[in-house]
Amino acid sequence: MTTGKTTYNRRSFLKASLLSGGGLMLSVSWLSSVKAADKMEALNLPEQWAQLNGYIHITPDNVIKLICPNPEFGQNVMTALPMMVAEELDADWKNVVVDMGPHDNTKLGPQFTGGSNSIRMYWKPLREAGAAARQMLREAAAQSWSVPVEEVITKAGVLSHSSGKSAKYGEMASKAATLTVPKGMKLKASKDFSIVRKSQKNVEGKKIVTGKPLFGLDYRADGMLIAMIQHPPAFGMKLKSFDASQTLKMSGITDVFNLKLYEDNFEQGGFDTRTFNDLLVVVGKSTWEVMNARKKLLAQWEPAGDTKDTMSGRGGKREVTVPGGLESTSAQLEKMQEQAKKPAQQLRKDGDPETAFKNAAQIIERTYNAPFLAHNCMEPMNFFAHVTDEKALLVGPLQAPGWVEPTLSKLLNLPADKIEMQMTRMGGGFGRRAYGHYLSEAALISKKAKAPIKLIYTREDDMTYGIYRPMYTATYRAALDANKNLIGFHVKGGGIPEHAIHANRFPAGAVENYLAEGWEIPSNITIGAFRAPRSNFNAAAEQSFLDEVAEAMGKDPIEFRLELLKRARENPVGKNNEYDPDRYAGVLTLVRDKSGWNKADVATPGKETYHRGVAAYFCHNSYAAHVVDMVTRDGQPYVERVFSAIDCGIVVNPDAAKNMVQGAVVDGIGNAFYGALTHKNGAPEQSNFHNYRIIRHNEAPKQIDVHFVENDIDPTGLGEPPFPPVFGAVANALYKTTGKRQYNQPFKPELDKRI
Amino acid sequence: MLWVLRDHLDLPGTKYGCGIAQCGACKVHLNGVAVPSCQLPISAVGKQAITTIEGLSVNGDHPVQKAWLEHDVAQCGYCQAGQIMTAVALLKENPKPSDADIDSAMSGNICRCGTYLRIREAIKSVAKK
Ligand code: FES
Ligand code: FES
Repeated sequence: MTTGKTTYNRRSFLKASLLSGGGLMLSVSWLSSVKAADKMEALNLPEQWAQLNGYIHITPDNVIKLICPNPEFGQNVMTALPMMVAEELDADWKNVVVDMGPHDNTKLGPQFTGGSNSIRMYWKPLREAGAAARQMLREAAAQSWSVPVEEVITKAGVLSHSSGKSAKYGEMASKAATLTVPKGMKLKASKDFSIVRKSQKNVEGKKIVTGKPLFGLDYRADGMLIAMIQHPPAFGMKLKSFDASQTLKMSGITDVFNLKLYEDNFEQGGFDTRTFNDLLVVVGKSTWEVMNARKKLLAQWEPAGDTKDTMSGRGGKREVTVPGGLESTSAQLEKMQEQAKKPAQQLRKDGDPETAFKNAAQIIERTYNAPFLAHNCMEPMNFFAHVTDEKALLVGPLQAPGWVEPTLSKLLNLPADKIEMQMTRMGGGFGRRAYGHYLSEAALISKKAKAPIKLIYTREDDMTYGIYRPMYTATYRAALDANKNLIGFHVKGGGIPEHAIHANRFPAGAVENYLAEGWEIPSNITIGAFRAPRSNFNAAAEQSFLDEVAEAMGKDPIEFRLELLKRARENPVGKNNEYDPDRYAGVLTLVRDKSGWNKADVATPGKETYHRGVAAYFCHNSYAAHVVDMVTRDGQPYVERVFSAIDCGIVVNPDAAKNMVQGAVVDGIGNAFYGALTHKNGAPEQSNFHNYRIIRHNEAPKQIDVHFVENDIDPTGLGEPPFPPVFGAVANALYKTTGKRQYNQPFKPELDKRI
Repeated sequence: MLWVLRDHLDLPGTKYGCGIAQCGACKVHLNGVAVPSCQLPISAVGKQAITTIEGLSVNGDHPVQKAWLEHDVAQCGYCQAGQIMTAVALLKENPKPSDADIDSAMSGNICRCGTYLRIREAIKSVAKK
């Protein structure tokens, strides 16, 4: 392989190379902390090309292969990201093949799938990569044909000139690879898109419907053993002693041992969260054997007491005390009520809220609560690891390989370039797989067992050994004057172990006198990101509350929000308002129009009246609004129909985007009605789908109409934004259906009490 | 049965989701009927025919698989083999299922990504043909 010329710019670098069989390979890499020189070294060998985050690969026989840089967990980045490259490349989408980067080595960049950020983060660099490659192909054709490069045009993977000359990309690829990679290419105007903004099918669709081994759990290697961890029965407990004699007698069992995930004083990064540190491990030949043998372990557990974690990363190095004790949901609720009465940290204050509330003619005060939630990814946590003294190979489902790499390097005492990670398709992520502790566990187990192993969590492990959505509460207060004008707004939010308040979001900026406060209660129950962290509670509480305030003011809930947004646009209160009032209002008016909102409770002839609830929210740079239409079916409230309006800028792959919004709506309805992880004496009370209820086919709406605001704004997030407002819309529709407001999630138990 | 398929026969298309007959990810056909393989002892199978997602069609072109692609049903895709096996069995038994029939046949299969609407549409499109 011959290496071509390389050019750098601030955010990424492109690199052209000649493939050994001829042809062009163009790669994009995100510069991380690794020195560029190391990268150059790594790029020179073909097998290490696969370490790159993204690249274009063209063979002489015109195969165009695009590699998806970001791990895929169902948000369809494997289709959307390559579409962006292909657009500027002017490739023929029909002839493009897509692969997840094999043997991804995390030293080449974060490759983070999460925070609704994939498309946004790659929007410019991937298109630049496509445009640069196209330009090099044009240049090669121009030289071959002795014509000016400006006269060479491209269309669907073919170069041509008015003289009648034409060539497929593949024919020019080898020559193009010897040329300098151009910089600062002009990108297409969105009106000229021919691939982006047109619905393209999931590139892995066929593999999915035929059951190909795409997932981490499907991965196998020669000599691979299976490992499972027996974790303590409750948070706040740790291993005291164990007797494995019975287990070791079982067929197929090769090893039982305990090990520590992090040694004392190990500096944890922000995503090194783990549930239990002392691991009791069973290793054996097959899943079934290990699963059964694990049941024969005789383990003694004891209270862990207060423990200390050393944290680094954001916020600097610090010691954090994790309280001991066995927590129960009922006691946690009481504790939260107590704490809510105490002074809290002020997060934002505008005007003079104290006086506004003092002078109010009416004060509305409501408190909302929500439980811990388990992610319940359909594919439980698992990872393959083969660690030797020299190197490590890790294969499995992970949202953020770049974040766990430094951790692994420290744990295994191996330099980053000796750690190779391959990303499999993920059976769901929802934030759970941003925490790579299960990969670190697998690595340490492999090292100790001196064998390639796959660590598998059973569903029970996955659910009871989680990094949960925190438990939240918030008290909202609104001050109305004698004319029913909103003169003050106050939110005080708390949580175990963190609160959910986004102090600078709507309705901040729209109310003259505003106060936001937050407080937290530490806990030993582990928490982390869950689809739209914090927002997923805020939108439920705040949007229910605004509905109630609108009612008290005698206003239509959409009109009321639009009035507030008008204020935020024309004469914003305070600073740092995070949202764009116009775009926020845009989704509200769109959903109002598309749902026929002004027809009030819509009666369909011969059918029951729909009871409607509306909510909207801004997060991850995008705007979402839903109207939920509820009926009573078999005596139960049921969401039959939903209208959604979304502003996420340019929609790269419309039908797939629609699918994602529909999924978020279903997920929101399900979690609003049923989602809860509760604890008794530290032990999770739910362990599998028989007692952790997930929304099912018959409970999902029969119609979800998704409408996108059409604009030319660069794409913003979509995986998370549609999710949070579903909770509020459901709560508001429930009020219309049952006459009762909902304050405690999940809603189903209270509805059952009522019936 | 599930782990024999996955670990010993190298047929990983059949998925593990719960192990307790609650999610449907592991569904296979036993004499044409969709059953959770996680509940199926090998001894109970005897000489009966088992079909997994891998055996549904040679080229992935079973009408239900085609409908799934046409409606671009999958998100993460993990549950879809189980969904497809259940849908195939339903349509065999009941070529023109009503909404209620689909509800009752498909409610044993969880899709955490929430693709239920498209599953329903895909089933209906096959029923129409
Ligand atoms: S794994 Fe068999 S039903 Fe869930
Ligand atoms: S597509 Fe992800 S669980 Fe169904």
